[in-house]
Amino acid sequence: MEQQPEQLSFDFYKVQPEIIAESRSENLKLHLGEFTGPLDLLLFLIKQEQANIFDIPIARITDEYLKYIRLMKSLDITLAADFLVMAATLIEIKSKMLLPKEIVAETEEEQEDPREALVRQLLEHQKFKNASQMLYERTTVEQAVFPRGKIESDENNSETNASVFDLLTVFQKILARHKEEVQMEIEREEITLAEMLKTLKKRIFESKELSLLKFFEEMHTRREIVTAFFAILEIVRTESIKFTQNATFGDIVLKKI
Amino acid sequence: MEIEEKQPRSISEIVSIVEALIFVADEPITVKTLADVLEEDREIIEAAVEELKLEYVEREGGLQIREIAGGWQIATKTEYHEKVRRFLKTRPNAKLSLASLETLAVIAYKQPVTIPEILEIRGTQSTSAIKTLLEKRLIVMKGHKETVGRPMLYGTSKDFLIQFGLKDLTELPSIEDFEDLVQ
Repeated sequence: MEQQPEQLSFDFYKVQPEIIAESRSENLKLHLGEFTGPLDLLLFLIKQEQANIFDIPIARITDEYLKYIRLMKSLDITLAADFLVMAATLIEIKSKMLLPKEIVAETEEEQEDPREALVRQLLEHQKFKNASQMLYERTTVEQAVFPRGKIESDENNSETNASVFDLLTVFQKILARHKEEVQMEIEREEITLAEMLKTLKKRIFESKELSLLKFFEEMHTRREIVTAFFAILEIVRTESIKFTQNATFGDIVLKKI
Repeated sequence: MEIEEKQPRSISEIVSIVEALIFVADEPITVKTLADVLEEDREIIEAAVEELKLEYVEREGGLQIREIAGGWQIATKTEYHEKVRRFLKTRPNAKLSLASLETLAVIAYKQPVTIPEILEIRGTQSTSAIKTLLEKRLIVMKGHKETVGRPMLYGTSKDFLIQFGLKDLTELPSIEDFEDLVQ
């Protein structure tokens, strides 16, 4: 389920999935919803069976769970591996519970309900599921509130912190540009990371700031660009230097702090 | 003129300037910034903001003054969103998927948190949800955890506070409160 693309919109209350068993037949009607993961599916099944979460009828729930997974498979819906892991866990718990209690007691010091870890996980998951509903409600309300529109000076003044994603975007732009240029391959001495770092440091400390676009453009080969990229990552990590970006997708400038 | 310069400002004048500044700021403006610009004490600014808030409430107009992401902002009231939207010709943003919302909830409450820790709670991989949240700038990387493999730590961003209408993280209801909903 995880790998599905983001849905454009949905109603939190309408996406609850439903499995409707037709009376006197093995057939199941499936109303597809979105399970965020195996724990979510399990919670749903427990609720549907009206079972007590602290005393899960493991055999019944396991059957239901496997039925659901088989159904998904027959519908050719790709299941995330996590769903299969949970199936294995359920079967393991089920078989443990079938063992006579004395035998279990001999092997384990203290006799623990094999379901305990799972129940703890389910309860924890339920809390965050409720929390995500709260977040959903908050953002829905928040989308009805509008601050004033942008004025011209906003764009000019804003100095947003550039993220690694912006950095990668700039890097990709430059790589793409280099691809287009037809180049004569000339043997040249490859520059090492240490040398590149030295050059980069010198450039920044001379002029206090350095445009990444400009710096990359001075590079001749793909290898040099990659080295420069590493050098930039390294310098931001080790020196008191930060990235700033004046506009989304704009140039990124390295600045001394 | 010089004499006027030395005279302390009246509270109503401070309230007016505060309103003007909140209006022009493109992001929620903090009390500290207001105090710096006006060269007044924090307490005076705080009182002025409260006063201004009261004025807005009493006026019963289309705007509200509210505290968000650690600052103050003037915004429209929710009741008028249809008309505002019709004028702006905008549609509500694409909503986050259930998986992304759930991941965001785990990060908001457990931050700073690593991917394996999120997996533990959600019982499923969260890679694509984390990617979406990073792209939407709702979460940010908060360095590495000093443990084997130095995994990346994630936390929520200022954009998260703004998009979810929160003053700060302490305004989130306690996670234990959600336990009551478990039957």
